[in-house]
Amino acid sequence: MIETRGLTKSFKRLRALQQVDLRMEENQVVSLIGPNGSGKTTLIKCILGLVRPDGGEIHINGQPIGKDFHYRSTIGYMPQIGRYPDHMKVGQLFDLLRSLRAKHDGQTDEELIAHYRLERIYDQPMRTLSGGTRQKVSAAVAFLFNPEIYILDEPTAGLDPLSSEILKEKIRKIRDQRRLVVITSHILSDLDDLTTHILYLQEGRVHYQASMEELRNFTGEQKFGKAIASIMQQSNG
Amino acid sequence: MTAMWTLTRYIFSDIIRNKVIVLYAGFQLLAALLLFNLEENPDKALLSLLNIELIVIPLISMIFSTIHYYNSYEFIEMLLAQPLGRRQVFLSEFLACALSLVLAFVVGLGIPVLVHFQDLLAFNFLLTGTLLTFACTAIAFCAAVLARDKARGIGIVLLLWFYFALVYDGIVLMILFTFSDYPLERLTLLLTALNPIDLTRVSMMLRMDVSALMGYTGALFKEFFGSYRGILYTGGILLLWTILPLIMSLRIFRNKDL
Repeated sequence: MIETRGLTKSFKRLRALQQVDLRMEENQVVSLIGPNGSGKTTLIKCILGLVRPDGGEIHINGQPIGKDFHYRSTIGYMPQIGRYPDHMKVGQLFDLLRSLRAKHDGQTDEELIAHYRLERIYDQPMRTLSGGTRQKVSAAVAFLFNPEIYILDEPTAGLDPLSSEILKEKIRKIRDQRRLVVITSHILSDLDDLTTHILYLQEGRVHYQASMEELRNFTGEQKFGKAIASIMQQSNG
Repeated sequence: MTAMWTLTRYIFSDIIRNKVIVLYAGFQLLAALLLFNLEENPDKALLSLLNIELIVIPLISMIFSTIHYYNSYEFIEMLLAQPLGRRQVFLSEFLACALSLVLAFVVGLGIPVLVHFQDLLAFNFLLTGTLLTFACTAIAFCAAVLARDKARGIGIVLLLWFYFALVYDGIVLMILFTFSDYPLERLTLLLTALNPIDLTRVSMMLRMDVSALMGYTGALFKEFFGSYRGILYTGGILLLWTILPLIMSLRIFRNKDL
């Protein structure tokens, strides 16, 4: 579903991505992990077309992405920090997105709106919402149009345990519906039972890319967190 | 195209609820009411209003637009993750911002002026005020796209305002003074076109009686700006001041890393 070849991006002197080759397929939940500044966000932004790569190619469903933006109708994106216009109401945001994606045929997925009880705050302006509530709105937006690819940047960072569990339940549910979910997160234990594949980035390079089983066999650790820690130690040592 | 208008409508309805825009309209309305009520001669009141207009419109339009752009950064990112083009999103932000500033101007200054004047002068006032707002918003968006940092962006915009509103006149005076032995009427005409604020000022002044005091150059200017052709010229140049910065910002924005 997503494939990159030789993806390279520099910001002035900082080399954010260096020759990144990767493949992500449907029915996968890929955890994108790595230390701060390892290029996780840059990679995601390249896939979304927000950052223009210096070199290399990105293919989504076999099509190279250029300046044509229509491929993004297959993607649902949940940003790390969601900020919306102060005086826009929650309900207006959903209305706006529905009309912007007017061509979207098929059912919208309003399950998260229902589970987070967002209808109750439809009349509230965005500026009155807490950070966690804004995250819930962002999550609901990402899932709204039944995309094939979900890109979630630190999805559980600002959520309380209950809301975070709702989101994980939702991810688990869509995992087997021929979808691809890409998640970045620092909190390792949070992702334990969801992840099928990991992609470990360090200093802009793909350091390790494997399925969970391979990872367990490779490191001999059963727990996801410990297995990752073991990879990190090996790459540092 | 429809996506762009929908987006513009939603952003517009967000901005006009902004306290700054409401205060901006309120301040202008207050100034207009006070001047028209205290000053017996409405022409004099209009002249004072013009001076307020020429300082306040560029200052507020430019600073507000810059801050609006930076505050919308995450929202713009979110929109660009949708199947929308960069041009659509950028132009929607620009249009919504410029139109809400124009609305504040029309409510605050436009309506009071229209109550007292219903002639070409009032039309000229509304037209130049509107186009000046568009031009300043476009210049501000251009600066905001150029500078990644908010403080730097606002700094650039303040410097530009300072230049157009104050420094430029000094430079023009110096040129005129230095070369006063030569016929400079045409050069002066050109120089006014290079500053949207000056252009607005000249095109308004020459419709008022004060232009009688301006001597020979004033007479030539009056002949030029006083006609309908003058309005077309002023409007056209101010439009250029909107379109050129917009084209430049679109070029940068299209390939920008967000």
